[in-house]
Amino acid sequence: MKKYTDTGKKDTRSGYGAGMTVLGRTNPNVVALCADLIGSLKIQEFIDENPERFFQVGIAEANMMGIAAGLTIGGKIPFTGTFANFSTGRVYDQIRQSIAYSGKNVKICASHAGLTLGEDGATHQILEDIGLMKMLPGMTVINPCDYNQTKAATIAIAEHEGPVYLRFGRPAVANFTPEDQKFEIGKALMLNEGTDVTIVATGHLVWEALIAAEALENRGISVEVIDIHTIKPLDEKAILDSVAKTGCIVTAEEHNYYGGLGESVSRVLAQNRPVPQEFVAVKDSFGESGTPAQLMEKYGLNNKAIVNAVEKVLKRK
Amino acid sequence: MSNIQQLNDLATQVRRDILRMVHQVNSGHPGGSLGCTEFFVALYNEIMELNDQFDMDGIGEDLFFLSNGHISPVYYSVLARRGYFPVKELNTFRKIDSRLQGHPTTHEGLPGIRIASGSLGQGMSVAIGAALAKKLNKDEHLVYSLHGDGELQEGQNWEAIMYASGNKVDNYIATVDYNGKQIDGATDDVLPLGDLRAKFEAFGWDVLEVENGNDIEAVIKGLKEAKNRTGKGKPVCVLLHTVMGHGVDFMMHTHAWHGKAPNDEQLEKALAQNPETLGDY
Repeated sequence: MKKYTDTGKKDTRSGYGAGMTVLGRTNPNVVALCADLIGSLKIQEFIDENPERFFQVGIAEANMMGIAAGLTIGGKIPFTGTFANFSTGRVYDQIRQSIAYSGKNVKICASHAGLTLGEDGATHQILEDIGLMKMLPGMTVINPCDYNQTKAATIAIAEHEGPVYLRFGRPAVANFTPEDQKFEIGKALMLNEGTDVTIVATGHLVWEALIAAEALENRGISVEVIDIHTIKPLDEKAILDSVAKTGCIVTAEEHNYYGGLGESVSRVLAQNRPVPQEFVAVKDSFGESGTPAQLMEKYGLNNKAIVNAVEKVLKRK
Repeated sequence: MSNIQQLNDLATQVRRDILRMVHQVNSGHPGGSLGCTEFFVALYNEIMELNDQFDMDGIGEDLFFLSNGHISPVYYSVLARRGYFPVKELNTFRKIDSRLQGHPTTHEGLPGIRIASGSLGQGMSVAIGAALAKKLNKDEHLVYSLHGDGELQEGQNWEAIMYASGNKVDNYIATVDYNGKQIDGATDDVLPLGDLRAKFEAFGWDVLEVENGNDIEAVIKGLKEAKNRTGKGKPVCVLLHTVMGHGVDFMMHTHAWHGKAPNDEQLEKALAQNPETLGDY
């Protein structure tokens, strides 16, 4: 098993902030918008260095999406920032008409995705955002796994022409991908090669998948682990190549199993190479208050849940 | 530029275009289109500074955003007759494989359109964004937008209205088509707008009213005055009093023709009131 080292726990939203700082210094067309959550989105440094390129819109997310669409007319590259819930469901029609259908180069950057914002509870958590956003024609959907990858993704999406949904989280999690990585949209990362089972994971579940894989390898099960940071467009080849070897797959995500990564993978398998699949995802439920670890345990989103899913899928081979 | 007679002739021809377009496909929104004809004719032929070639960024020219996208017939006719695309393309309105979708969109690449609209209440935010981009680009040109009065029932407008004054977006003129009508009836009956002037002023806008929004000279005078008021720290609102269905006697003073096309007989009667001036498409 390839060894990955946590270089120190960090929140992925800080990776976004760090990426914005880089963009502020390197790309004069990048502008940032925020709906009264500067501290949560970690963009104070960008604002301090580029005050004229920052727009505080207040608690008015619909207006923020429209202003972002308008800013592209004149060549700006707007990055909107608020919680994932308020970045998607609350403003779906604004994104649909003014951004996606209009083909605007807006980067919708969303913190506090999934369950792991914790104690605020279900009003502020969202487990439906990947589904909402991947259904919009032309929308790119990205869910990086750690601080370094989020920073790299933030920088990369500025170079991509077209609307992007970038999803990240609140809690400090393992930071294990390379600091200087080049982020390629739509290209899955092979983290560990194996032959018995494939685990494809996205976001916070990637580290959990690595922990699970190590435990399984210790029991003699050869596990392939793939980081799917881009849910749309999906790296279909990476998935198909892997199941051609392993013959079964577990998908893992901090999202409802309706509409998430798992269903995207199922479509690819059904059309090309049907193999047994198990889903590590929330089973059509809202979240609740609790610590991130408690929530991941209760809703079956941690390394133990992944091990269980692998055991189950292996029996179905 | 153009004299008043020429602009009125153009307005009459635009009315014919609107009526013929919606009649041909038996769908579309003639009422608001007819009511805003003078506004569009004045804006695109007398008020805005426009580049010869259309490009999305619109650097070095004025920009316009239509928020109440259902009045696409008047928008398409005026754009075509201003040279954005061939006038004969008006013949494709609302048909399959057309660039002239039921509501305006950038999706099919129709020159002159910079945003999709139709789902109401979004255009002011977009216009504000474009105005902010102009300021960042040190482009002195202005941004214009048009909104239905009923459309102001959408809450996003008030987020945008608050933002524009709070952030001194003073290179922006938003016009409200103040015809007092919407699909289900009078705005006063559906959901009263109250004192619209006082509302905009309370939000910190500079407001002016054009009492006869179907008199081309009055519209030009009002929009020129609005231009004079830009650059002074406040966004500018024009309350444009129009008559829905203006120019066709049986379509005026009623909401009945908001989204209904005339039949053959009605079309003939309507066209007789608007004789051909510049040639039908």
